[in-house]
Amino acid sequence: MIRPASEPTLLRVALTLVALGFLGLFLVLPLAVVFGQALEKGAAAYVAAIREPAALAAMRLTLLTAAIAVPLNLLFGLAAAWAIAKFDFRGRSVLVTLIDLPFAISPVISGVIFVLLFGRQGVLGPWLASHDVKIIFAVPGIVLATVFVTFPFVARELIPMMEASGTEEEEAARVLGASGLEIFFRVTLPNVKWGLLYGVILCNARAMGEFGAVSVVSGHIRGLTNTLPLHVEILYNEYNFQAAFAVASLLALLAIATLVIKSVVEWRSGVASHEAAPENPA
Amino acid sequence: MRVMRRHSVLPGFGLSLGYSLFYLCLVVLIPLSTLAFKSVALGPAHFWDAVSSPRVLASYRLTFGASLVAALVNAAFGLVVAWVLARYRFPGRRLMDALVDLPFALPTAVAGIALTTLYAENGWLGRPLQALGVKAAFTPFGITLALVFIGLPFVVRTLQPVIEALDFEVEDAAASLGASRAQTFVRVILPAIVPAWLTGFALAFARALGEYGSVVFIAGNMPLRTEIVPLLIMTKLEQYDYAGATAIAVVMLVASFLLLGAINLLQAWSGRRGMVA
Repeated sequence: MIRPASEPTLLRVALTLVALGFLGLFLVLPLAVVFGQALEKGAAAYVAAIREPAALAAMRLTLLTAAIAVPLNLLFGLAAAWAIAKFDFRGRSVLVTLIDLPFAISPVISGVIFVLLFGRQGVLGPWLASHDVKIIFAVPGIVLATVFVTFPFVARELIPMMEASGTEEEEAARVLGASGLEIFFRVTLPNVKWGLLYGVILCNARAMGEFGAVSVVSGHIRGLTNTLPLHVEILYNEYNFQAAFAVASLLALLAIATLVIKSVVEWRSGVASHEAAPENPA
Repeated sequence: MRVMRRHSVLPGFGLSLGYSLFYLCLVVLIPLSTLAFKSVALGPAHFWDAVSSPRVLASYRLTFGASLVAALVNAAFGLVVAWVLARYRFPGRRLMDALVDLPFALPTAVAGIALTTLYAENGWLGRPLQALGVKAAFTPFGITLALVFIGLPFVVRTLQPVIEALDFEVEDAAASLGASRAQTFVRVILPAIVPAWLTGFALAFARALGEYGSVVFIAGNMPLRTEIVPLLIMTKLEQYDYAGATAIAVVMLVASFLLLGAINLLQAWSGRRGMVA
């Protein structure tokens, strides 16, 4: 369609080149560096870096952390979205703001609050020590910090979608005699399944990739409390760049997979390809 | 909380709200309140000492300064990227559109080591910069580059839907009344997108203030020169200076919440203009 009001062709080309140049410089080049450095010493070195015991232990811990954090926040997201989107109550907008809170907090501060709560000099520190429970510098601390930073993802994807689909279909199902669970699984969930999938994928990407918060509570014990991003840091600080980038390339592949699934979900759900930014804290 | 339910026939309100509030308190509110509790326990004199030492002040200046510059760069280029993605059609547009979210999806530590390698003295971009006499890695300039990366999607993703929703007819009317394209942009388009533009800028700025992973590798971390606030908090914790870490964290948290309030006001403003869906 030809519109009379548009920029001259030369300006259009120039603007497109500026945009491509900016994205190339800041997005494509760093991504290329990751894979270039990872494969610098050939495929054998790449595979060796990934199959090293400390790397495998980090992988296991990262998977375990995500396997706990994602279902917990999924359950919360479903409950919160049901209450917020399908009912009207006082304090509703306050609750929506509070759910986004972890996005507004620096990852490092997210870790600090758990150290202040459970650490040696923390509020519950002496009690935990006397009962021989270790949370900070141990796996429970890593899981807690991860749950905190990934808290809003599922809820904030689901709430607008559930609001948009309204309550009429659910009310009709209710009048026709469906039980609460039947309504939820057969009416509500099919309407929001793509948004749900998108929220879970974002939540998972952040859970597996979180660095700052986990770094504060981890203690960096190799083979015990090292997640994949922390393992990357240790290798890098030991000047073992090729191995650091080999492990980092796994996380980069996870990011690329996340972006691909996001594009597919947007295409399938027919949502305009860009709602507000996923981490928009407001 | 007194609840006003408008005679809904749907079940599960009490259970879903109750569980949501319980989980919110357990995971977010109770841990967060420890920070307030611990900083009050410090006492005002202690608190002031901890947040006003020269090393801390230098890190505030660096973090706020670099974050501001990075957000301004993102505001300028983000407008161009959002405009191109929303208005022009060219091969590779969908790929470019998907790629914009990379900083959200890529773990910050990966971004950090990649940017450092890129801008190090022998890196792909560090070497030509070095030839020009510009040192990027381990300087405030390098820190700003990392913060541009991390804030990149915010301006694009807040502007893009607003530009797409603009009514072509208004632009056509302006053109048919004799306005040049530049006049139409400044007088017709810009006023409509300014609230979203400012929102995107504020979001990018807020994200940059707290950023750790992508910055810590390229920063060099020299006290007074290239030490960002999140790293300083981390250092204090490692030295078991919990009081110092708490006080600095509270200052940063207050700054984040003030920004969050400003962003909410901005969004209410753009909502009133009916520009944001």
